[in-house]
Order: sequence, then structure tokens, then C-alpha cells
Amino acid sequence: MKKSYSNRRFTVSAIFIVVWIIFIARLFYLQIIDDSYIVSANRNVLRIVTQYPARGLIFDRNNKLLVYNEVVYDLMIIPNQVKEIDTLELCNLVGITKDDFIQKLEKSREYSSYSPSIFEKQISKESYGYIQEKLYKYRGFFVQTRTLRKYPDPVAAHTLGYIGEANEDLTEKDSYYKPGDYVGMSGLEKFYEPVLRGKKGSKIMMVDVFNREKGSFRNGMYDTIAIAGKDIYSSIDAELQVYGESLMKNKRGSIVAIDPTTGEILTMISSPSYDPNLLIGRVRGTNYIKLLNDPVKPLFDRTLMALYPPGSIFKIVQSLVALEEGVITENSAFPCDKSLVGCHNHPSATNLKSAIKMSCNPYFYQVFRRIIQHNQSSDRFVDSQMGLDQWYDKVTSFGLGARLGIDMPSVKKGFIPSSAFYNHRYGEHQWAFSTIYSLSIGQGEVGIIPLQMANIATIFANRGYYYTPHLIKYIGKEKTVNPEYKVKHITKVSDKYFNLVADAMYEVVNEPGGTASGARIDDIVVCGKTGTAQNPHGQDHSVFIAFAPMKDPKIAIAVYIENAGFGGVWAAPIASLMIEKYIKRKVKREDLEERMINANLMSLH
Amino acid sequence: MGWLNIHAAVYDEAHKSIFDFQKSYGKQLIWIGSALFIAILIMAIDIRFFSQFAYGIYGFFILLLVAVIVAGKATKGAVSWFEIGSFKLQPSEFAKFATNLALAKYLSAVDVNIKNFKNRIYAIIILAIPALFILLQNDTGSALVYFTFILVLYREGMSGNILIFGLVIAFLFILTLLINKMILVGVLLGVAIVLVIFVRKNKKAIITIATFLVLTTSFIFTVDYAFNHILEDHQRTRINVLLGKDIDLQGAGYNVNQSKIAIGSGGFWGKGYLQGTQTKYNFVPEQSTDFIFCTVGEEWGFVGSFVVVTLLIVLLLRILFVAERQRSAFGRIYGYGVASILFIHILVNVGMAMGLLPVIGIPLPFFSYGGSSLWSFTILLFILVKQDSYRLFML
Repeated sequence: MKKSYSNRRFTVSAIFIVVWIIFIARLFYLQIIDDSYIVSANRNVLRIVTQYPARGLIFDRNNKLLVYNEVVYDLMIIPNQVKEIDTLELCNLVGITKDDFIQKLEKSREYSSYSPSIFEKQISKESYGYIQEKLYKYRGFFVQTRTLRKYPDPVAAHTLGYIGEANEDLTEKDSYYKPGDYVGMSGLEKFYEPVLRGKKGSKIMMVDVFNREKGSFRNGMYDTIAIAGKDIYSSIDAELQVYGESLMKNKRGSIVAIDPTTGEILTMISSPSYDPNLLIGRVRGTNYIKLLNDPVKPLFDRTLMALYPPGSIFKIVQSLVALEEGVITENSAFPCDKSLVGCHNHPSATNLKSAIKMSCNPYFYQVFRRIIQHNQSSDRFVDSQMGLDQWYDKVTSFGLGARLGIDMPSVKKGFIPSSAFYNHRYGEHQWAFSTIYSLSIGQGEVGIIPLQMANIATIFANRGYYYTPHLIKYIGKEKTVNPEYKVKHITKVSDKYFNLVADAMYEVVNEPGGTASGARIDDIVVCGKTGTAQNPHGQDHSVFIAFAPMKDPKIAIAVYIENAGFGGVWAAPIASLMIEKYIKRKVKREDLEERMINANLMSLH
Repeated sequence: MGWLNIHAAVYDEAHKSIFDFQKSYGKQLIWIGSALFIAILIMAIDIRFFSQFAYGIYGFFILLLVAVIVAGKATKGAVSWFEIGSFKLQPSEFAKFATNLALAKYLSAVDVNIKNFKNRIYAIIILAIPALFILLQNDTGSALVYFTFILVLYREGMSGNILIFGLVIAFLFILTLLINKMILVGVLLGVAIVLVIFVRKNKKAIITIATFLVLTTSFIFTVDYAFNHILEDHQRTRINVLLGKDIDLQGAGYNVNQSKIAIGSGGFWGKGYLQGTQTKYNFVPEQSTDFIFCTVGEEWGFVGSFVVVTLLIVLLLRILFVAERQRSAFGRIYGYGVASILFIHILVNVGMAMGLLPVIGIPLPFFSYGGSSLWSFTILLFILVKQDSYRLFML
């Protein structure tokens, strides 16, 4: 009888049970404890296909298109589906050589053999027409449409801004953007990006191991629909903008025009400018570099980014401050004493109006002295500081020295010096009127951007208040309006003084001896003030601000032309042409118009 | 249940009918039907047929194994199939039950004792012949199955030390591949010295330790050599993948990684029948055959996998129970053989799918697609059932 080993059945059973325990433990780990496999599985099988919404359009104030979307066609390829095609014919259709073809095919193969990639970017409408007809012959090729920005008139480049592909910084900061997405990079495109872009949708597709789409995930339960961007309605008058840009051709400077009753910006021109169509599509990269390196800096937006000394246009502000402070009356007379500050030859002003009309420098030197030092303290230095503080308080109420709330991404504040600034520079009670007298005629430390100059014109047009200048009237079909643009900003000068100064501005343009007779228009009453801003780097800048008509003003405007000399010579006529164009829609003074358009002031420095 | 899983694994929108005989799940249905027929047939055959003709059956399938090397069809590097129409037959699957029969027949003979050296050699030869021919077919996985008979030999009286020895060898094998062999030898040497200090009075023990040290050291070097020079590339990488030395997820590690993803993504309840995205969209290769367990894991989750694994183990234990209640040694040995064969398949296949064992292509009993294996397992099992039903009539 053999020995029985029947006890050994327990050992064998034990082995089986141990294996069972190991399996269950492993399953527990894989399926319940470790979540990473679920993530990996989704990464395997789910492909998120982005649905791009159409970007919002931009209209001008008369519902004329400023920016629209143009469809472009990308020829796409799925390499492993390419079979038995007439390569030569396709090359001819697309306009590439056979070597290009082989190279492109190789490149897309490297990317993926199963998923589509771009074979040829932005093929022309014409070749799209040809290719579309014959596409059935080319297995593995298809055409994908995308949209690019397009501009019917090549104007307002700075204001409209441009779009570009989201860079790494942005995609890291904001997860909404993925590399290759388009995003507003400057101007209105940037400021209104969240409105214009709409909302991307996504379709979740299931794919198999070869990246072939197998249908939507859970019947599209998690899909989102793309929501088109909203159209925005600008206050820009396209016709006026086009006209202004033609006037500014071959000149360095800017024009800003505002509807004073609302604060809506009618025109915003920075010259030299560029054709916004240069910064779209496949030519964008090279053109951008070209513009960036251009010595005349066409990409620089002078209207918002250039700080200028205002020059004599500042005198009308000084007048109001002096009247408000009670240091002068409308009948105050000061001699034109050229030993105080330089001036041109003219009879001494016997009252404020004639001083403004003739833009007498020594007159305003003396006015400003009274503003700064009017014996509030026996100490000259303490007195000066008190005077400057009161002045600063009133001047800044004109929207100067602080950022105006315009709907643009990059705006300079401008600069109005405060006593703190001088204390820092010279030491407390180390400065007095004699130190800062240049301010009296809008020179020295004061810096103002053209938008603020136009805003000063607005304040005079309204006789004492302004609405924040803005470029967009309302957004979308529901016409959403930014309530901030309905808020009236009132200056700290009583309105009764404004009429007096407005009368003087009338005389500047319309009376003999006024500095801006070139701005006179027969049947529109224009009020304005010239300026000739001294420029330490070269020729004086030519400045003019104006509003018209005198009663119920419809337009307030600032024209600033660099290195062009007297304000009355260039800036005033250009402003007046703009006013005529806006109010009459047609310019009668063709000679003047032609002279202005043809003038080349670029060589002056 | 196995059939439904194959259907899920190869499910295709274009072929919605589960009865489409052009598709593998349709074919599998035919195999299942025919397997049922075979089962009935076996139940009808006289019980003595199998024990009487054990050697004959064994010989027949050995011949088939030889024939397939000469006339078979090569698939994925292995020459294991006869092709008859669109159906393929794999003799190596049938060789398993034939070998089991022959081994049972031999060991149950009255004058055979496993303790006897000569008898032991004969038993091993019975196992080695089919294993050798299968190896010649380039089907290493199926050949490894024959190691499972150690369990049978153990039950029939082979020294338990051999089991332990096997474990030690396997353990050393893995360590050799993981750790620098010089360090390993150093550690062994250290352990030996410590042991020698403890037993320094006992000369016999010292000799044993010394012998053991020499054996293990030479084993380590042999393994190292074998691994680097004898194993084929794909085998080497598979083992490396398992040991975590090779993490090329796009290359050699792809199968196992995808398999783990599929099982892991099933979660607790699974994704539901036909909802398994990883398996349905072919992320897991060979998922209707070797990686069939992924489908279970992904679609039925932890609950389903638990049930399946538990059922399989319960089946094994049940077979052991049935084997033990056989009155004849032939029946008992045969039963143990059945349990061992099923066990090694389950162990390797499920272990591989979970990333516990290297990728070895052998089917999961009653689950994997493949007619030969289904027939083979059916025959294997039903011969035992038949035995069992007659156990009371046996002496």
C-alpha cells in the first residue's frame, strides 16, 4: 500500500487561494485605489474637437463695417488616406513644386498619419475654387475653412488693433486659450476681447487606437455649442476717419475728434499709420517686424501714448482757473513784457479776451503768477505751494494728469506737476513761482496726450463738463451700454466763466488779429485756440483745439502736428477741414484741402 | 459569459448581429455549440475508453504536434495551427488533456511510485515530449504550461522540497535580473558566513551551506548568461517590462500598460456591457484572446472581475474536491491534472493582464476566443465529470 498523501490537497488548495487573494488585491488596487487609469483611459479614447465661434464684427457709428471676418481656406491632409493621386496636377492647382509636395507630405506624416494637419495654409479663393471642383480625385485631402479679420477701409489701425495667435504666456495664464488660438493683441480687439471672442464650444469625440473618430461621447451629453462673439458698434465715423487720415498723410501727429454731447470719439488718427490688412494672415509675421523696425514708428499710437507739451492751448485752462480763483477779472490788463517771457509782436492785451485772441505769453505769465502767489502766506515758498495745490486741484478736474477711462488697453495718464512733485525735485519750500513759470504757457513739466486735448475742447464746447471719451457706443444686438460713459464729469470751475473764454475762442478764429483765422468756415461758427509748443528736440509742434458750432456744438477736436511750427498754419486748417467734413459731410474749400493733403511735413525735425 | 465578452471585445458597429458567423464571436458561438456536442459525446462514451486508450490518445496528439511543425500554418512566429477552411485547429491545446491522461494512466499503475527515481524519470519524459515539440513550434507559453504538473507530482508524493526549491529558484531568478549579480553574490556570501559562524561546530551543516552557496552562485551566473544570450529579444523585453526596468510605453510595455488602463478604468461597477472604450476601440491588443480579461475588468468593473476570479478559483477548488473523492488513483491524478492545467492558465493569463506576470500568450479557460482551447478545456473537464459520475462503480 502506497503512503497516502491526501493531506497535500490542503497545500494545493492553499496555493490556489493565495493566488485568488493576490488577484483580488491587485484588482482592488487597479480599479478602486489608483484613479490614474481612468484618466489615462480618457486620454486614450477621448478627443476634444474645438468649435471656433465667429469673432464679433466692428461697425462704425453709421453701421458701416469697420472689421469683418473673411473666410480663408486651409488645404488639409490625412496622410494615410492619400492614395493614387495625380501629384503633378495637385501641385499645379496649389502652386507648389513636387519637392514642396514631398516635403509637406513628409512633415504631416511626422505629425500624424491618421489625423488631419494643414497641408497648405490659406490658399487663395481662386485656387480653392479649382481645388474644390477636383477634390473628389484627391483622397486624403480636404479643405477646412477658418476666418481672418478683414478691413474694408485700411484706416484706424491703431484704434481697431489686431489679433494674433495666443502666446505661451497667455495660454499659461488663461486656460481658455490654447496655442494657436487667435486673441486680440491691441486696440479695441484687445479691450473687447471677452466680448468679441464669443465662447468656444467643444465636441467630445471617441477615437480608436488609430485616431479614427468613432462618434460622439455619450451622445454629445458633454458637448458645448460655440457661441458667436458679439458685434460691437463703434462711435468712429468711418468717413471722417478716412478723410482725416488722408489729411494726415506725410505728417507726424494726431487728430482726435469727440462728439461733446456724449463723449463718443468720432475720429482717432495717429500718423504715420499702417494698413491693418498688413497684420493678418500668412503675411503678418514679416510685416510686423517691418513695421516694428520702421524709423517713423507706425505702430506707435500717438493719440493715447504720446505725451506732448500743450503749448498755448493751455492758456484757456489757465484763464478759467485764474477767474475761478478770483485773481483776475475779464478786464484785467497786463503789458506784453517780453523780458518776462518771449512773445510775438502784437499790441498789449487790454483784457482777457484779447490776450487769448492774441495768445500773449507775458500776459499769461502774469496771470499764472497771480494764481500761484496771491499772498495767502507771507512766505513766498509757502504761498507758492498753496497756490499750486489749488491750481492742481482745478486743472486735474479737466481730465488731465490722470488716465481717462477710454475703452482702449494702453493709455498714458499725461502729467500735471503737483507740489509733491516739486518738493521731491527741489525740496520742500525750495521752489516758488519763478521756478515753475513755464507752466503758465503750457510748457515745462506738463504733458498731455492728444485725447486729453480733444477732451479740453469738449469741456469748452459743453461749457464746463465732459463725458468720458469712448470708442464703443454699445455692444451686441441688445445694445448694452457701459453706464460709466453716461456719467457727467463737471470741472471745478463755474460755468459762467466758460462763456467768456468761449467768446475769446470765437475771436481767435473769427476776428482780425486772431491766431487761427485759417480755421474760419463761412457758415459754421468755429471756436478754437492755437498752440505752438516749444520742442527741445527740434521744430515747434503745431497745435489747435476747437469746437463747432459755437451754439450746440457737435464736434470737439484736437489736432497736433509735430515739428510743423505755428499752430495757426497747419493744425488749425486741418481741424477746420475736419469740422466742415463732419458737419457738412462735404468740403467746399478744395484748394485748402488739396494743399493740406499734399503737404509733406515728415522731413521737418 | 466568455462568449458575451468576446462579443464585447470585438464589437463593431457594422456588425451588430451577435450571430454573424463571419465575426469571431459568431465563430465562437459555433465552437461553443460544438463543445457542448463534444461534452455530450464524452458523457456517452464508456468510462473505460479513456483509461484504456490513454497512451493511444497521447501518441496520436504527439504525432499531430510533429505534423503541425511540418505542415502547419505560421501565425505570429509560432507554427501551431492546422487550417481547415476558415477554422483553425491548434494541436498543442489538445496535447494538454492527452498528456494529462497519459500521466494519470502511468502514475496510477500499481507498480509505479513517484519516490522511485526511474519512475520519476518516466513521468518527466511523458511531460517533456509534448513540451519539447511545442517549444519547437515556437510557442513557449504553451510549453510552460507543462510545469504545472509539478502540482500533480507533489500530490502523488514527490518531495515538497522540490516545490520550495522551485520557489527559491524563481526568487533568485528575479533578484538576479533586478540587482547587480556581484552584489547579490556578495550578499549570499555574507549570509553564508554568518550561518557558518552560527553552526561552526557542525561540519555537515557547513558543507551543506557551502554546497548551497556554490549552487546558487552558479545559478545566478547561469541565469544572467541565459537572460542575456539565450532568451530572444522579445522575451527579454517582456521580462524587463514586468520588472519595471523598461518603461517604453509605446513599445514593449504598450500591451501591459493598455491592459492595466483598461482594467483600471473600469472602476467599481465597470462601464457596462459594450461600453468599454479601451477594449472596443482596440487600444488593448489581442483582447479577444490573451487579454480577454481586460474586457471583463473594464466593462464589469471590480464587481465583475471579483466574481469572475472567484468563480474560477472556486471551480479549481471544486475540481480538487472532485478529484479527492475519486476512488481510483487514475481519476484522482487526472483530476489534479485538470486543476493544475486550469490553474496555470488562469494564473498566467489574469496575472499578465493585471501586469503581475510577463506577457505569455496562453488563453483564459472558457473566456478567450479560440475553438481549440475551448474544445480542449471542455474535453479536459468532461472526462473528469464522466469519471466522477462513475466513481461509485469503480474499485
